[in-house]
Amino acid sequence: MQLKNKTRINGALASATCALLGVQNVAAAQTDDHSWKVDAALLYYSETDRVEATEPTIKAQKTFANDQKLNLNLVVDTLSGASPNGAAPTDVVQTFTRPSGNDSYTVQPGDIPLDDTFHDTRVQVGASWDAPINRLTRYNVGVNLSNEYDYTSMSVNGGLSRDFNKKNTNLSVGVSYAADTLSPEGDIPTPLASMAPAGSTQPRDASSENKDVADLVIGLTQVLTPRLLMQFNVGFSESSGYLNDPFKIVSIVDANGRPVDYIYESRPDSRSKQTLYWLTKYHLPFGDTLDFSYRYMTDDWGIDSHTLDFHYRWNINDTVYLQPHIRWYQQSEADFYRHSLSDSEPLPQEVSADYRLAEFDATTLGLKFGYLLGEGKEFSARLESYQQRGDNNPDDAIGVQKNYDMFPELDAVIFQVGYSFTF
Amino acid sequence: MQHFNDPVDIKRPVSIRQKPGMMVVTFDAMASPCEIIIDSDDMKQAQLLGNMAAHETWRIEQKFSRYRTDGIIPAINNSNGQPVTVDTETAMLLDFAFHCYQISNGLFDITSGVLRKAFTFDGSDRLPSPGKVKKLLAHVGLEKIAWQNPEIRMQPGMEIDLGGIGKEYAVDRVQQLLAEVTKSSILINFGGDIAVSGPRRNGEPWNVGIEATDTPEKAQNVAAIKRGGIATSGDAQRFLLKNGKRYSHILNPKTGWPVEGSPHAVTVLADTCTQAGILSTLAMLHGKNAEAFLRDEGVDFWAQR
Repeated sequence: MQLKNKTRINGALASATCALLGVQNVAAAQTDDHSWKVDAALLYYSETDRVEATEPTIKAQKTFANDQKLNLNLVVDTLSGASPNGAAPTDVVQTFTRPSGNDSYTVQPGDIPLDDTFHDTRVQVGASWDAPINRLTRYNVGVNLSNEYDYTSMSVNGGLSRDFNKKNTNLSVGVSYAADTLSPEGDIPTPLASMAPAGSTQPRDASSENKDVADLVIGLTQVLTPRLLMQFNVGFSESSGYLNDPFKIVSIVDANGRPVDYIYESRPDSRSKQTLYWLTKYHLPFGDTLDFSYRYMTDDWGIDSHTLDFHYRWNINDTVYLQPHIRWYQQSEADFYRHSLSDSEPLPQEVSADYRLAEFDATTLGLKFGYLLGEGKEFSARLESYQQRGDNNPDDAIGVQKNYDMFPELDAVIFQVGYSFTF
Repeated sequence: MQHFNDPVDIKRPVSIRQKPGMMVVTFDAMASPCEIIIDSDDMKQAQLLGNMAAHETWRIEQKFSRYRTDGIIPAINNSNGQPVTVDTETAMLLDFAFHCYQISNGLFDITSGVLRKAFTFDGSDRLPSPGKVKKLLAHVGLEKIAWQNPEIRMQPGMEIDLGGIGKEYAVDRVQQLLAEVTKSSILINFGGDIAVSGPRRNGEPWNVGIEATDTPEKAQNVAAIKRGGIATSGDAQRFLLKNGKRYSHILNPKTGWPVEGSPHAVTVLADTCTQAGILSTLAMLHGKNAEAFLRDEGVDFWAQR
């Protein structure tokens, strides 16, 4: 009876409305409660003569009634190639034991020593839930799992955000905690111990080590004018546990700069970072947008870094846009960073020759092309070049080291294609 | 869709603002703030669309106003039993009103307005006498009108009022009109009567806040709409209160008395704003069965009790 009733009123009403408006038909009402928004991308990263990586990613978001959002993501990384092992270049052939302890590789005079057996596959999955508590306040919770051959990371996060001032001001607080476990090939090397020849007993501590990272971010977003928005974040991060890279070594050289020993690096077992972040986003009158951000990071390892980042979205027409990107990064070296140690000095408690802890600057130049296909479908392609430059001729280079480039310069190309759609 | 070239003497400001990713046109019409939000950054286009929208809305306001002595509605209402020949658009609206009357079993009735002469919904306890209501009820009932397109003949004492569908009709007309010149996604909001033409450029829906009557701390219903029309019927501040009983201003055209037990407000999502308007009005007329009625109709709705 009621079903009959239903057909009668709504159906008849629809045709009466079409007649009233003088149209053949009208499209059915459609809400967003049951659709997924998916961003799929494939990234290719290639360092000149070094690491190559392929990374497919899928992000999916489903919006439920009342703006409750479920986010899921999946990243798969396949990495292979050569990576600097930390040892300094010199004028003789250098022989290094592979992490497994069973094999060795040699590096030619003058070359930056690279361990060429670097390969790994990483799978990361994450889920988060973001929903309103009331009209002004939202909360979010999430979990992430990442697993690769020798590394597992599990993290949880949560946050609150609240609008003030007619939604022109937003204050947010977010916390996260990650527990990581490393179980590298050949086990955990003893810090500061000498690398033993292949086939002999290696200086090893344990088969695995742990690291914990806790983060707190407080953010303030302020709409200054209908076109101008600014965001300020303050972040605190505390890491503790095993913070070494088990594959990194440090050369101990004689007065001529020739290696007499290689020792495993030794970093502090804790690290406190503080960051400040300032983003400005501006909508130009004709619809283009530009954003500019500055990030300052300082930590108790002595590293200070500055990042400037700039994007400009140029809408060529309603369906095509181009987005140039410029990023500049600069950091100072860690207190315990040394490109190599001298055999005449006492062994320090903490030392690392990892170039990522050295002083360097990096520039990224990129261009993204986007094509909007309507109904939320978008194709994009992004090409970026990355250049990392450090001090190739440090004042404290010893002997023959003066003849060689001491910093492992890095040039990389990043290419990404992406496709977004809803269903 | 047919275009109508009626005179328009209403002249009010049309303002255009750019917001991130959208152009917002505002003007006043039909005693409501009217808003056209275009998912575009094109100022020139917004000016064109905004002027078209305002012109069409003002045209409908002027043509079907009950208050302007030169309009077609006063001409019919003052015809004193004589036949009146109407233009195409008025005929279409009358056809539509007759349709709604039929499919709702007489519940949706554009002649019910005369009953308001008996009630003053000011929150007071002044209820009319049953005799007075009964007398007025003799002038209610669309079936009493002789309507043969293009001629309408109405008994003296009866009145028709298109106010119950005018704003929703204007929203849908404007949407159709703008769709003829642009593919941009547009949200039209005439004082809560809303139409959404399609998903935004990025595929996202438009988020429409469904007014919550309580404190701002209460979770607001947000409807994520990609396409469709929204209309709300409610008794807002207009009611009578006697012996602790609340009489809403929704009058049942069959009994002449306020409907009992209806929600404070009902918001309906339908294919068009006009459909949503009729369904929300009918839901209120169903009183305590408002929600059941809408559930049977299979539409999305939000009811406040």
